[in-house]
Amino acid sequence: MRVVLADYGAGNLQSVCSALRRAGAEPAIAEDPAEVERAPLAVIAGVGNTAAAARGLQERGLAAALLARARSGKPLLGICVGMQLLFGDSEEGGTGLALLPGRVERLRAARVPHMGWNELRVTASTALLDELDGADVYFAHSYACAPAAPIGVAEVDHDEPVIAAVEHGPIAGVQFHPERSGPAGTQVLRNALAWSRNV
Amino acid sequence: MVKKRVIPCLDVAGGRVVKGVRFQQLRDVGDPVELATRYSELGADELVFLDITATLEDRGPLLRLVEQAAAELEIPFTVGGGIGRLQEARALLRAGADKISLNRSAVDRPSLLTALAAEFGAQAVVCAIDARAGEVVTHAGRNARGLDAVAWAQEAVDHGAGEILLTSIDADGTRNGYDLELTRRVTAAVPVPVIASGGAGDATHLAEAFEAGAEAALVASIVHERPERLPELKRELKEAGWPIRT
Repeated sequence: MRVVLADYGAGNLQSVCSALRRAGAEPAIAEDPAEVERAPLAVIAGVGNTAAAARGLQERGLAAALLARARSGKPLLGICVGMQLLFGDSEEGGTGLALLPGRVERLRAARVPHMGWNELRVTASTALLDELDGADVYFAHSYACAPAAPIGVAEVDHDEPVIAAVEHGPIAGVQFHPERSGPAGTQVLRNALAWSRNV
Repeated sequence: MVKKRVIPCLDVAGGRVVKGVRFQQLRDVGDPVELATRYSELGADELVFLDITATLEDRGPLLRLVEQAAAELEIPFTVGGGIGRLQEARALLRAGADKISLNRSAVDRPSLLTALAAEFGAQAVVCAIDARAGEVVTHAGRNARGLDAVAWAQEAVDHGAGEILLTSIDADGTRNGYDLELTRRVTAAVPVPVIASGGAGDATHLAEAFEAGAEAALVASIVHERPERLPELKRELKEAGWPIRT
């Protein structure tokens, strides 16, 4: 299955590309908005600051392409900062795509960044996280999504519950790094491929 | 609750893993990505590649190593060792390193930490601190910098570091345990995760480092000697009640 990663100029996408290949996909990295718009599944990944990432998406016309595909109901997966970009305002600065209701807030835990392996608690039945309740996955973030609607599908505890995954129709996001989460991470990506074919 | 991490550290030179005795008699012990994959299979939570290349002019092999590791590893990895310039750190992160560790260059120019954190996020920026008797030392322990390690850790975090890799030169290589006093003082002073380093001999030592507030413990010689020691260490820690990924 063809998966296109939107290249907005920040961070490295090769690791996600390799992980998608391990999961059985045919991934490609694209800067061309048309290619991102028509892909069967589009992914926003990478690391970095949300303000810089949001600007990168705007400048390359990728924000418009992602909004257009969302309007036509095509699946979109956000990973880490990519998940945060599915929301609107971020306390880190900048405004995301606002495809999902809510905002991005700084973590309130004693140790920030939230760094390391932590146990997923799946809170709603979803094909995306099939068989992943209780799995350890890798987190590395200082900000987290605060949805304004019940779209969270998994949480993780870092002094308090933190949203680890969201799903709303054909839009989904994971806060952790599936490309760096061992076999459990590959399973998430394999699930994401199956999920995207059925939304 | 976030799990405590056990992190093997691999020394690389010219793109190969090397092993020496007190920085001398370096011998080739293998391909970094192959060894890293082995540690990953044995349950390493994360890896550190430390470039100990004596001459720093050619970072080509390191860059190729990072590209290959990024493609093949399923766990996060940090790259450090003599990274002095912003472009160098940026190139390594763009090539797929999850984190960059800055040591001397951060002491020389703390604004490097800030610039990297602004572009890649604090979670990608590690400040490595080598300390002797509580004082920051650089150049593989040769240059004392007249800086208090605890105060420097705080300053590094203020400048953007998202994690501290704290090595006690006094404890390093002794296998008598981590420098707990120093670990305790630094973890109490900063709000970011701290990786204890230097002195690991057995699982009790790692447990003591966690007790002192460290989020993670670096291991080198004890696992290089016998990689199967890694899952044993993790099992012993888990049996002792620590939150450990299995």
